[in-house]
Amino acid sequence: MSVFDGLRFRRVYSPVHNLDPRIKFIYVCAIFAAAVIFWELPPLIILFLIQIPFIILAGVKHEWLRSMRGAAFLATIIFLTNFIFSFINAGYVVAASSVEYALAMTLRFIVLVESFSVFFLTTSPDHLGLALEQTRIPYEFCFAFTTAVRFVPVLAEEAQTIMDAQKARGLELERGNFLKRIRNYIPILIPLIVSAIRRSLELAEAMESRAWGATKNRTNLYVLEMHRGDLVLMVVTIGILATAIYVRLFFGIPSLNELLGSLF
Amino acid sequence: MIEVRDVYFTYPNGVEALKGVFLTIKNGEFVAIMGENGAGKTTLVKHFNGLLKPTSGSVFVDGVDTGKVSVATLARKVGFVFQNPDHQLFSETVEEEIAFALKNFGFKETIIKRRVTWALNLLGLAQYRKTSPFMLSGGERKRVALASVLAWNPKILILDEPTIGQDYQQKEKLRQFILQMKTQRKTVIIVTHDVEFVAECNPRVMLMREGRIVADGEARKVLTNPEILTEASIVPPQIAQIFIQLSDLGLPKDVIDVYEAREILLNVLERQAK
Repeated sequence: MSVFDGLRFRRVYSPVHNLDPRIKFIYVCAIFAAAVIFWELPPLIILFLIQIPFIILAGVKHEWLRSMRGAAFLATIIFLTNFIFSFINAGYVVAASSVEYALAMTLRFIVLVESFSVFFLTTSPDHLGLALEQTRIPYEFCFAFTTAVRFVPVLAEEAQTIMDAQKARGLELERGNFLKRIRNYIPILIPLIVSAIRRSLELAEAMESRAWGATKNRTNLYVLEMHRGDLVLMVVTIGILATAIYVRLFFGIPSLNELLGSLF
Repeated sequence: MIEVRDVYFTYPNGVEALKGVFLTIKNGEFVAIMGENGAGKTTLVKHFNGLLKPTSGSVFVDGVDTGKVSVATLARKVGFVFQNPDHQLFSETVEEEIAFALKNFGFKETIIKRRVTWALNLLGLAQYRKTSPFMLSGGERKRVALASVLAWNPKILILDEPTIGQDYQQKEKLRQFILQMKTQRKTVIIVTHDVEFVAECNPRVMLMREGRIVADGEARKVLTNPEILTEASIVPPQIAQIFIQLSDLGLPKDVIDVYEAREILLNVLERQAK
């Protein structure tokens, strides 16, 4: 359940955390687009590497490594399926190009995970809510979104307590065949859902007694502003995207094999 | 019998909740574990039925190392009633709720029926047999949770905050019930903040603070010792407060029982009248 710890509201200060979440989101989308238009290994390696200074600057190395480890399983599956298909296509021979293709597809996935984890590791949920609000999304929706995010760790903790309570009554989650195992979760899910509904009703009452929605024009204590860092990131993002598109359109990209071959 | 030997426990998020706990609880003992929020009380009792395994050190229940057996095996012997009944109620009727654990432990159908009826009567829930547990009041839900654990007649019973949300009458019933368990040589362990309830029951009291046990002894000794109580952030029971403040009159300081207090004060008054 410690996976959800990242969603806790807390303020961390680093050059990356202080960036405007809107710009960071555009950056993530740009990296996403750049990763999708390439299927060769060398540009994907570059896309992977240029994000690392970002992670070090934000001081989220450990958390990032953990999410990378989480992605390792899926990455392995992606590598194997791609490899097996190109192996069959190549007529049942292990070609260097098919290994490289499979590696490139895996790396593309890793780059996507990397950029999204940079975004979520360095953007606190309340910051994100603020960004939504300032993009003129109605406050009700922003509030629903931040509340949903806000309660994920709480719910995770509650699920753990419920599991403990039912285990103490002799429930064994790992027992029985597949269907039985799914049924084993009923005693966990029902209390969890009931208490989530109960909590949301209580929350609504508490909010109303604190004059929620009393004024039409709500003001914020914190207001997102563009700073120099945001402009720099904006320029970097446009640069990466423009370079990627330019290279894609006007250059023949050598594969890693060809690159190595021409060097030696 | 529960034996805890030099137990340390650190949660996955790095919080060290227990820092070297030693204790022995004999069969048939009635123990109250007290201390401020975050002192490690619930963490400690979760070790008694194996929900948590020590990071270092060991816990033995009747000679069995809790680190080596499953929670389900230990639960047969150690009943644990959680603080919030809403964390465990899920069935359509109270009856099914109570039968849940019995089915898990593989009791026979006829025995399950008998045990359910027994538990319902014991806690005065017989009229709710076919009612949904979600329709009951907070106090009643709490009793259903208790009944669902008592039904399998565990040797050791752990109650986490049993008096929260209970009116005086229910508390008194709970107290009678715990005393009854005591006469059956069952071990009862309660985790609580309710100092008046503890004073009335007069159990063995353990005070915890920052993951350690700072005091362990008879309630009348522990709950009347101002230094220890301050350390564990606990206010003495009201009777004890009066006697501590009246100590100039030459009254004993270690009084927590209402009837005993009455006798002592009557004696003093009689002597003055003479």
